[in-house]
Amino acid sequence: MYDIYNFVTGPLVWVSFAILIFGSIYRLGSMYALAKKKDAVSLAYMDWKFSFRSIFNWLIPFKALGWKKNPVLTVVTYVFHICLLATPILLSAHIIMIEESWGVSWWNLPDATADIMTILVIACCAFFAGRRLLQKDVRFLTTGQDWLILAIAALPFITGFLAYHQLFNYQVMVIAHVLAGNIMIAAIPFTRISHMLFAVFTRAYIGSEFGGIRRAKDW
Amino acid sequence: MGIQERLIEDVGLREGVSRLNEDSIQKTVNAVFQGETGARLKAYAEICLRCGMCTEACHFYLSHDKDPTYAPAAKVKQTIGTLLANGGRVSPDQIYSMAQIAYSECNLCRRCVHYCPVGIDTAYMMITMRRICHKLGVTPQYIQDTAHSHSATFNQMWVKDDEWTDTLQWQEEEARDEFPDLRIPLDKEGADVYYSVIAPEPKFRTQLIYQAAAILHTAKIDWTMPAEPGWDNSDMCMFTGDFEMMGRLKRKHFESAQKLKVKRIVMGECGHAFRSVYDVGNRWAGWKHYPVPVVHSVEFFWELLTQGKIKLVSKYPGPVTLQDPCNIVRGRGLGDKLRDVIRILVDGDIVETTSNREHNLCCSAGGGVINCGPPFKNARVEACKAKADQLRATGVKTIIAPCHNCHGGLDDTVHKYELGMDIKFLGDIIYQCMERPEA
Repeated sequence: MYDIYNFVTGPLVWVSFAILIFGSIYRLGSMYALAKKKDAVSLAYMDWKFSFRSIFNWLIPFKALGWKKNPVLTVVTYVFHICLLATPILLSAHIIMIEESWGVSWWNLPDATADIMTILVIACCAFFAGRRLLQKDVRFLTTGQDWLILAIAALPFITGFLAYHQLFNYQVMVIAHVLAGNIMIAAIPFTRISHMLFAVFTRAYIGSEFGGIRRAKDW
Repeated sequence: MGIQERLIEDVGLREGVSRLNEDSIQKTVNAVFQGETGARLKAYAEICLRCGMCTEACHFYLSHDKDPTYAPAAKVKQTIGTLLANGGRVSPDQIYSMAQIAYSECNLCRRCVHYCPVGIDTAYMMITMRRICHKLGVTPQYIQDTAHSHSATFNQMWVKDDEWTDTLQWQEEEARDEFPDLRIPLDKEGADVYYSVIAPEPKFRTQLIYQAAAILHTAKIDWTMPAEPGWDNSDMCMFTGDFEMMGRLKRKHFESAQKLKVKRIVMGECGHAFRSVYDVGNRWAGWKHYPVPVVHSVEFFWELLTQGKIKLVSKYPGPVTLQDPCNIVRGRGLGDKLRDVIRILVDGDIVETTSNREHNLCCSAGGGVINCGPPFKNARVEACKAKADQLRATGVKTIIAPCHNCHGGLDDTVHKYELGMDIKFLGDIIYQCMERPEA
C-alpha cells in the first residue's frame, strides 16, 4: 500500500505536472502556429485593450447578457470555478506535503472552510449533471466528453472528502484521491478542460473583433 | 422535434445533394476544414462546454416553443459538429439538413456571442457550414440565383448595365418635377460622396433612389453614382459561401469608387452590405481596413442633421420604436447615432423593445435567410414570433428600421402577427419632413 502511495504521490505527480506543463505548451504553441498559418485575418485584429476589456467585463458576475439570463447557472459556475481552483491550492494538507518536500508554504484555508468548499464543488457537479440529464437543450448538446470532464472534475473532490472524513478505507481513498487529482492535472491539455488554456484567447479574440471591427460591446 | 421533422423542399438543395455521395462529400468537407479553417474552428469546437447558456439567445429557439434543436450550440452540433465527429463523412441527406439549418435557421446575427462565456462565435461556424455547402453545390435556389446574378453582372438582381443608368435617369426625371434642378450625377470624378445602393433599389424600390437623390440634392452634397458595374454594394455571395465571388464584388465596388477618385462612399440603409464591407469581404480581399472610407446612411444622416445641412419643416409624429439592425448596431456600434437621428426626426418618445441595441433580437430575415425565398418564408416568419411579441409590447404604431432586410422581414412579421404597425426607413422620414429649398 505504501509503495502505491509513494508512487502516486511521488513519480506520478511529476508525470502529471510534466504532462500538464509540456502538454499545455505544446497545445498552445501548436494552436498559435495554426492560427498564424490559417487565421491571419483574425489574428490581425487582436488588440490588447479590447481583449482585456472583454475578459474583464466577462469576469464580473451578472454583467454580461448571458450571465444575466442564466442567473442560477451563473452563481453555480462562479462558485464551482472559485472552489475548484482555490481549494486544492489553499488546502492545509496539500501545503504541508509541499512544505515537507520543498520547505515552502503559504496561507491555507481553515479545514472547515475547505470542507465546505469541497462540498460546494461536489454539489455544483451534481447540479451540472442534473442539467445534462434534465434540461432539454443541455441534454441535446451533451456528449461523452462532457460527462468525462465532469467526472474528472468531481472525483478528486469526492475522494478527497471521503478521505478527509475517513469514510470507507482511508488508505484506499487517499490513493484514489491522489490518483484522481493526477488524472485531472494531466487531463487539462487534452480534454475539454483545455478551455482553461484556450478560453482566454477565444474571449480575447471576440473582444478584439467586437471592439475593433464591430465597435460594440460583447457582453 | 428536430430537423428531420421540419425539412423544407427546395429544388436547389434537392438537386445539389442528388449529385453527391459520401466520398465526394468527405473530400470537399475535409478540403475546407484543412484548407480554409484553422485555430478558430478548432478551438471553438474543442472548448464549447455544451453548457446551453447560448440557448436563450436565439430567436429561432424563443419563437419555436423552446425547441432545443434550434439552440445556437445545437445548430453547431447538427452541422459542423457532426462533420468534425465523422471525419467529414456523412450522407447526402445529412448535408441537406445541414444546409437547411445553416442557410435558413441562423441569421448570423451573433446575438449568441453575448451569451457565451468563452466567446464562441456561432455565426462563424454557420458561415463555415455554408462555405462547405457552396463548395458541395448545395445552396437554396433563390439565394443562389442572386449569387449567379452577382457573378454575371456584379449586381444582385440581374440589372443590365443600360437598365441601371436608365433607372437613375428615370428617377432624376421624376424628381425634377419636385426639385427642378436636381441631378443624379453619374461618374463625376473627385466627388465628395459616392452613393452606393443595393440592386433591389433600381429593380423594385426605386423610390429609395428618388429619396436619396432628393436628400443629397437638398443638402447640397457634391455627390455621384457610378454608371458602370460596382454600384451595387450588396453581397449575397457572402451569404451563400461563394467567397471568391464575394472578394471580387468588394474589389469591384472599391475600384469603382477609386476610379472616380471620390472622397468617401455613402451607402444606403442596408445592413448586410455594410457587413460585407467592414468585416467580411474586406478580409477576404486582404484588407484589414477598406481602401475608401465608407459611411452608412445612419452616420451620414446624423451628419446632415446635426450640421444643419438638412432642416426640418415638421417632425414625424411619435412615439416610435426602432429595429436595431444587427449588422449596423451589434455589428458596427451605430445604436447611439441611430437614436440621435430618430430624436431629431420624431416628435415623441422612442419606446425601446425589451431587447435593444447590441442585445437586439434579429428580424429573422438577415444573413441571407429572406433571400432563400418563398420556400423558407413561413419558417422565417415563424422565427420572428419573439420579435413580434416585443414589438407588440411597445404599443406604438411606427417601427423605424434602417435596413432593407429588416424592412422585408418586419413587413412579413407585422402582417402575419397583425401588429398594425408602419415600418419606416430614416430616408422616408427625412424626405417627408425636410425643408425643400425650391418649394
